[in-house]
Amino acid sequence: MTDELPKTDLAADAHPAAGQPLLRIEGVAKTFGTFRAVDGVSLDIKAGEFFALLGPSGCGKTTLLRMLAGFEAPDEGRILLDGKDIAQALPHERPINMMFQNYALFPHLSVRDNIAFGLKRAGLARTEIATRVAEMVALVKLEGLEKRKPDQLSGGQRQRVALARALARRPKLLLLDEPLAALDKKLRENTQGELMELQRRLGMTFIIVTHDQEEAMTMADRIGVMKSGKLAQVAPPRELYEAPRSRWIAEFVGDINLFDGESKLRDGHRLVIGTRDAGTLVVAEPREPVGAGRFAVAIRPEKIKLSRRGPVSEAGHETTLNRLDGVIADICYLGGSTTYKVKLETGGMVQASVANSARLDVDAYSLNQHVVAWFTPDDCVVLPS
Amino acid sequence: MSSRRIFARPARFAAIAPYLWMVLFFLVPFGFVLKIGLSQTAIAQPPYEPVFDLTAGWEALKTAFAALSIDNFKLLASDDIYVFAYVRSLTVALTATALLLVIGYPIAYGMARLPKRWQAVAMVLVIVPFWTSFLIRIYAWINILQHDGLLNQILLALHLVSQPVVWLSTDTAMYIGIVYSYLPFMILPLYATLAKMEPVLEEAASDLGAPPLQVFWLVTFPLSLPGVGAGVLLCFIPIVGEFVIPDLLAGSNSLMIGQTLWLEFFTNKDWPVASAAAIVLLVVLLVPLLLYERLQKRQLEQGR
Repeated sequence: MTDELPKTDLAADAHPAAGQPLLRIEGVAKTFGTFRAVDGVSLDIKAGEFFALLGPSGCGKTTLLRMLAGFEAPDEGRILLDGKDIAQALPHERPINMMFQNYALFPHLSVRDNIAFGLKRAGLARTEIATRVAEMVALVKLEGLEKRKPDQLSGGQRQRVALARALARRPKLLLLDEPLAALDKKLRENTQGELMELQRRLGMTFIIVTHDQEEAMTMADRIGVMKSGKLAQVAPPRELYEAPRSRWIAEFVGDINLFDGESKLRDGHRLVIGTRDAGTLVVAEPREPVGAGRFAVAIRPEKIKLSRRGPVSEAGHETTLNRLDGVIADICYLGGSTTYKVKLETGGMVQASVANSARLDVDAYSLNQHVVAWFTPDDCVVLPS
Repeated sequence: MSSRRIFARPARFAAIAPYLWMVLFFLVPFGFVLKIGLSQTAIAQPPYEPVFDLTAGWEALKTAFAALSIDNFKLLASDDIYVFAYVRSLTVALTATALLLVIGYPIAYGMARLPKRWQAVAMVLVIVPFWTSFLIRIYAWINILQHDGLLNQILLALHLVSQPVVWLSTDTAMYIGIVYSYLPFMILPLYATLAKMEPVLEEAASDLGAPPLQVFWLVTFPLSLPGVGAGVLLCFIPIVGEFVIPDLLAGSNSLMIGQTLWLEFFTNKDWPVASAAAIVLLVVLLVPLLLYERLQKRQLEQGR
């Protein structure tokens, strides 16, 4: 059913003039009392992009989203949609729709009337409204539930109604405020896939706000990490994870081992950094060369390999390796992988995530066992301290 | 078993208590009123007959029963005075309730949208008048509305009128009194529903393209209907039987049913007709009362 929906139909308004971003946020700021919720954010979003705003609670991501929807007016800056400044436009005047965190379905209206609400406001003909509602109902697979009231639906069904209602007006931009937060884990994962599929098929532009980094990683083309009202980094998921721009981002996104130290010498593309907790480490020079000074060396737990005696050097493949001796101090079994905490002889603690690739525990380590933790210079990220 | 019994007894009593209350303080007095309503007026003590004398024996009781008649009710239906009084009561109650809704709704809405801290303050301000006796407050209005009262002084000082306006003993004065007295009963249930409503629903409506007025009529108002219903009935029902306010503030040329009742009872000493009038009033009010109860039940079910 849903596959028959013509893509061009729904995506009709989604493409602005070539080269121009669909949405341009320019130096937008918002202050509540003395609290600067959003502090000079600039961001371009392309048509057809799936963008995620990620950050801890209170970082300003929701305020930014509410300014895009028109529920808050920015104190400074411009919001350009297709080149037109909409910063001061009222919510009902914007070709932007929002899917609310707890769905905000109208409890007194049926599923059909909830979905038709925006279409009626747009002054569409009765027959056109009926067609579009049917289209939306099919799109989110709610056939047969049109006459139900929101309180007669399950959480997952309510989520679909909210999505259909927000999509019905064919907005240029769809804002999603923690759209999956109210669903349980399994349903959330399925819905993530469906949302991505839908976004790709409709060619619409989505901006999602979430505090769940896995959700952002899974779905978004690009992620903007917000901290204290500012965008700390905007990057595709992989770059964000593998090349975080600051210590804070490295720690916020995923797990990480951090060793503070000072650069000692430069050897070609290698930096040698003396750390307090992990001895001397050889790391790859970052893309933007760094001078001398204090740095933090960051290594993701899954980049750290463990072995009983030391790195297995494959014949003819000699690379510089970082090798840390220690004993297993803590074991956390997670099913697919196990996280070991290794107490280093140099005094520090390092976390290593090891895939449980065999069913029987032949390669499992036990508490207090001596191990060697090793990793290559390329696995390290050098961050300003 | 034994522990269950310990709890069962008070629990059973608690379930009976409201019925006991109803029987003792409503049904029994209602029986008296109904009986008097079916009696005839007499110059006697008490001022009606027949009088049931349980000591006079079975035959006397039977003749007393035979003497009861529905003549008083026929009188109520045939005499214009009573019909007009009922019609006027309903008209006044309807008009006043409509005024209360129009005035009370914006106040309740404003209260519900205040910051939490100020909501409590506003609530106290709405309730504070109850700390003064209702009668004193109505007399205060007489003071304000009289010939050289505060209202006329202000109007004259502002040169809005050239000579004092007659306020007292007019319907305007009565409506001012009624609206003033009943406003809290309209505001409180409205405020309760509006404060419970999530503001995000209004945001959703405006996000979907509804301008402010449509947001109100399509979302806010329909969702506040339980509060509207409660407020309207809470005001309408007692206003129909209102006696004090029309008596003190309105003119005496057309009476509400409460005043008519009072006249029959105290001035004419016609207890039977007064009783019959009271019973008809009760029957008239039964409709909105039942409506109110059904509304509350539905709200309880929705509140699950």
